[in-house]
Amino acid sequence: MGAVIAERLDATFAALADPTRRAIVARLAEGEATVTELAAPFDISQPAISKHLKVLERAGLVTRSREAQRRPCRLQPGPLRDATAWLANYRDYWDESYQQLDALLADLTADGQPTAPPRDDPS
Amino acid sequence: MSTDGRLQVAAPGDREIVLSRTFDAPAGLVFDALTTPRLLTRWYGARGWRLVSCAVDLRVGGRWRFVSRGPNGAEMTQSGMYSVVERPARLVCTEVFDDQSYPGETLVTHDLTELSGTTRLISTLLYPSPEARETVLRYPMTRGVGQSYDRLNAVLTRTTHPLEEQP
Repeated sequence: MGAVIAERLDATFAALADPTRRAIVARLAEGEATVTELAAPFDISQPAISKHLKVLERAGLVTRSREAQRRPCRLQPGPLRDATAWLANYRDYWDESYQQLDALLADLTADGQPTAPPRDDPS
Repeated sequence: MSTDGRLQVAAPGDREIVLSRTFDAPAGLVFDALTTPRLLTRWYGARGWRLVSCAVDLRVGGRWRFVSRGPNGAEMTQSGMYSVVERPARLVCTEVFDDQSYPGETLVTHDLTELSGTTRLISTLLYPSPEARETVLRYPMTRGVGQSYDRLNAVLTRTTHPLEEQP
C-alpha cells in the first residue's frame, strides 16, 4: 500500500538531487526547450545533458515529444507536485510540534510561572 | 503577538533540511525547551507521537536519547551526542534512529538568535547521504502516521485516477 507512490517519490527526489538536473527542471518550468537550448547555459556537452534528461524522463519529470523534428522537452507537473506535497507534509508535522512548543513557552513566560505542573519525577 | 508563526522548511543542496521558525520567548528559554527532558516531553512530537522517555546529558561529548510512542503503540528511538553546547545561541549534536534504513548519522545544528524578546530558531539537519534525506522527508508518514498517510494517498490516487472512489 503506497509502495508505488513511495518508489515514484524516491525517483523524483533522486532525480532532483543533482544541481544540473534541478537547473534543467527550473528552465523547463518556463516552457518547453530543445536539448541544444537546455545545454546552452551549461559548461557541459549535449550528450551529458541528454544523460541528465534520461534520468528526469525515467522519474517522469520530463517528457520528450516524438513527433517534432526538434523533439522539445516538457516538464510534467505530477511528480513535482507529489514531491512538494511530501515536503509540505514534513513541514506540517514540525509545525504541529512547534505549536505545542509555543504553548509551552507561553506557559513558561507567563509570570515566569508554569501553569501546568512539570511532569512528575518518578524517583 | 509579534511572532511570525510560520515555519519555513527548505531542502537546499542534496543532503540538508533547514527548518526556520520564530518563537515568542527569549533564546535561553527556547534553548532549555530543546534540551530539558521535563520540557521536551511537553512539546516534542506530533500527530499522536509523544516522548515517553527522554534522557539528556547536556555537555560536549554527552549523549541524548529520546523514545517516542505513536499511533497503534508504535515506538521509535533516536539518540546522539552533543558536540557544541553554547546556551543560548548554539546547539550541535548527532542524531541516529535505532531502526533507520540508511547508514550514517545526521548532524543537527540549532542556531538561536534573540531579537527583542523573540527568538529565531534555525535548525539545520545535514544527512549522511541524499538517500537518507529522501527517506526522512517521508518519516512522518512511514512512522505509522496512519491518517495523514492515508489521506495523502487518497489525494494522490484521486489525482491520478479522478473517476475512482470518493470518500
